[in-house]
Amino acid sequence: MHAATSALKPGEKVKMTVRDLNFYYGKFQALKNINLEIPEKKVTAFIGPSGCGKSTLLRVFNRMFELYPDQRAEGEVNVDGDNVLTSKEDVALIRAKIGMVFQKPTPFPMSIYDNIAFGVKLFENLSKSALDDRVEWALRKGALWNEVKDKLGQSGTSLSGGQQQRLCIARGIAVRPEIILFDEPCSALDPISTAKIEELIDELKSDYTVAIVTHNMQQAARVSDYTAYMYLGDMVEFGETDQIFIKPKKKETEDYITGRFG
Amino acid sequence: MIAVPQPASADYRLPLHRRRKLINFIALALSLAAMAFGLVWLVWILWDTLWLGVQGLSASIFLQDTPPPNSDGGGLRNAIVGTLVMVLSATAVGTPIGILAGIYLAEYGQRGWLGSVTRFINDILLSAPSIVIGLFVYTIIVAQTRTFSAYAGVIALALIVIPVVIRTTENMLALIPNALREATFALGAPKWIMIRRVTLKAARAGVVTGVLLALARIAGETAPLLFTALSNQFFTLNMGEPMANLPVTIFKFAMSPFSNWQQMAWVGVFLITVGVLVLNILARVLFRQKH
Amino acid sequence: MDATLSETSFRKEAQTVQMPEEPPARRSGRLGDVIFLNLTRGAAILTLLLLAGILLSLVIGAWPSIREFGLRFLWTAEWDPVQEKFGGLVMIYGTLMTSLIALIIAVPVSFGIALFLTELSPKWLKRPLGTAIELLAAIPSIVYGMWGLLVFAPILSKYVQQPLQAVFTGVPVLGSLFSGAPVGIGILSAGIILAIMIIPFIAAVMRDVFEVTPPMLKESAYGVGATTWEVVWRVVLPYTKAGVVGGIMLGLGRALGETMAVTFVIGNFNQLNSLSLFEAANSITSALANEFAEATPGLHEASLIYLGLILFFITLVVLSFSKYLLLQLKKREGSRT
Repeated sequence: MHAATSALKPGEKVKMTVRDLNFYYGKFQALKNINLEIPEKKVTAFIGPSGCGKSTLLRVFNRMFELYPDQRAEGEVNVDGDNVLTSKEDVALIRAKIGMVFQKPTPFPMSIYDNIAFGVKLFENLSKSALDDRVEWALRKGALWNEVKDKLGQSGTSLSGGQQQRLCIARGIAVRPEIILFDEPCSALDPISTAKIEELIDELKSDYTVAIVTHNMQQAARVSDYTAYMYLGDMVEFGETDQIFIKPKKKETEDYITGRFG
Repeated sequence: MIAVPQPASADYRLPLHRRRKLINFIALALSLAAMAFGLVWLVWILWDTLWLGVQGLSASIFLQDTPPPNSDGGGLRNAIVGTLVMVLSATAVGTPIGILAGIYLAEYGQRGWLGSVTRFINDILLSAPSIVIGLFVYTIIVAQTRTFSAYAGVIALALIVIPVVIRTTENMLALIPNALREATFALGAPKWIMIRRVTLKAARAGVVTGVLLALARIAGETAPLLFTALSNQFFTLNMGEPMANLPVTIFKFAMSPFSNWQQMAWVGVFLITVGVLVLNILARVLFRQKH
Repeated sequence: MDATLSETSFRKEAQTVQMPEEPPARRSGRLGDVIFLNLTRGAAILTLLLLAGILLSLVIGAWPSIREFGLRFLWTAEWDPVQEKFGGLVMIYGTLMTSLIALIIAVPVSFGIALFLTELSPKWLKRPLGTAIELLAAIPSIVYGMWGLLVFAPILSKYVQQPLQAVFTGVPVLGSLFSGAPVGIGILSAGIILAIMIIPFIAAVMRDVFEVTPPMLKESAYGVGATTWEVVWRVVLPYTKAGVVGGIMLGLGRALGETMAVTFVIGNFNQLNSLSLFEAANSITSALANEFAEATPGLHEASLIYLGLILFFITLVVLSFSKYLLLQLKKREGSRT
């Protein structure tokens, strides 16, 4: 029944299905009845004016909102058929499966090596050499290896902003997630670092399902395969990125994209 | 490139995860226990103080002076009055100096060596052992005048008030937005008028909070009074001679073998605790209302 | 705010219709500025002089003793007012040992409390509990001391000391560690009372610095699947390391310089023959509190002031270190945001 309303291209595999999702900050409803399918190994972008709920939606996917007592979610977020919100699986395991990168780089106060190894060691007992391999692998995936391979013992905070953000991406990759969530990952970075991150996101989609929240429409157009436009907690329109940017179906989407408001 | 294949399922994470969850559970349980441990002492100490203090409370506590050893009756009148006199005088002496220095730090000395050095020294004085302050006042005053006196006690306490008031005044002034200062300058007001009539006024509640906290701090101070004001078995308002005060009286009475004295020490501790807590709560309420 | 502005900035004379050609306020303003600046600067300088004055007066007061005993004073245990032979080892040992015991107890407990307040406590409990801890820090130390002597020491003796003695009497090392009159007074009681006293200080500082940790950093750690404990122990604690150590040092400074909480329960007995935790001992502050008012001017008084100087020096070092560490944290915080 959902296949009929699906905005995905035929042949696309669905990784995550959101059904009738409502979200509340105390009494305020921040997400209203969201329905959505996120395709596997593709980049899905969420755009909309600030306060539209796009970051909130992302924080539901890995249950990050649970850290704060008066936030709650109702509905379903199915990943591979298992509802994340009611899953019997421990939230830590869910988060290992669904990685997240934040607005600002957040290197942990430890060495570059330990930043990467931190998450790995939580779940796996690896030998020293296996751990070394894993760190190198993750740093290569994060397109950072060549820049840091000679200074793995240095503090993560000693890197530049763009490098720190790639370190955070590598840190997420190292625990081998299936989905990676990006919450405005470039909002604190300069244009050159931003370009590097965008390039990286493009490479990541061959292995991972990526969801990215951005306030930058050009960025969404550049990196994503699918785009969702949200406004005041509603999912206004969702579809292939080209279609959303060239021929939006809804007037509101068009207004936002052409810059008439927002 | 090193190939690390994606895992087939997430199950490989489980064994280690179970142990981590257990560790987490134990750690959080210990944290809860630590909180309970901290609260138990608070409740226990306050309960004893209130219970034993209220039992000894009577009109004569406020009307009669401290009794000689091994006699019945008596009260704490001289000690209560002495504490009030000395604490209030010390606050009166210390507050203006503290506020002025606090103003300097916040309004003039943000940069420059004098500001940063003073700030550093002030933090040291803030937590310096109070008994050392007592020694200092002893050597410069008591040793010179060759007599213990209430004056010396007042100066010792004032030296404790000053750093507290400096710190709060500076912090409170720092909270005032710069736009308010600029707006006042834009009207052509000189800086001292700006400080006196705008920023200091806007920070008034905070500064008063600081003074109340300083009062609370010295109300229970014992060590600096031991060799300055000493104590006095009799009632006196003469600042030139030793003056009775609650803390030193409590010290003397609690260490004594007489149960009458010990009982009176509990009353004294009760009065001080209640006074200090009331001052603290007052300061909080005042601060919260304004900020 | 508008009211304040109009009331303060427009001088009364200026509100009359006539404009004075050259406002006299300006000249008096300049003079006022000079006077006011110097007044406040004088007050600031006074604080500087205060510290210098304390150090100087202590050195002068202690001089006879410094000249007589020199640095030997630090490791001589003899304290004999009759023979006029003085050494501070007993008191220095007592001060350091009680503070050490206090830290051993207080640091883990404070960490637990801070962890509870920042990560575990339900929102509605956070504020009352935090306030309770802060109020506990405001209670005068004499209350702790007297309560320790009259309530806690008998309990410690009956339920801890005597059972321990019953078990370990005759056992070589442990037996001597627990020996002493069964009155619950000595190094251990003083350490415990000090611990109760500094727990609120350390806990409050730890809570404050834990709250400085950016939420996003914590979320990142949760984001890779860490548990609450792992987030606090491996991310929050390293991030706030300087502040935490600074807070501990602040507590240590308090413990070292505390007089009343120690004097009541340490026993005030100059001995080092037995290192038992339950044997009466002495500390710098309690020696001063008990002996100073009765000391004869001369070598005895000078030696006590010497002790005070040593105490001030120790706390000065500890507090400077703590201040330095807290400053480091603030700097980093500033560079981050």
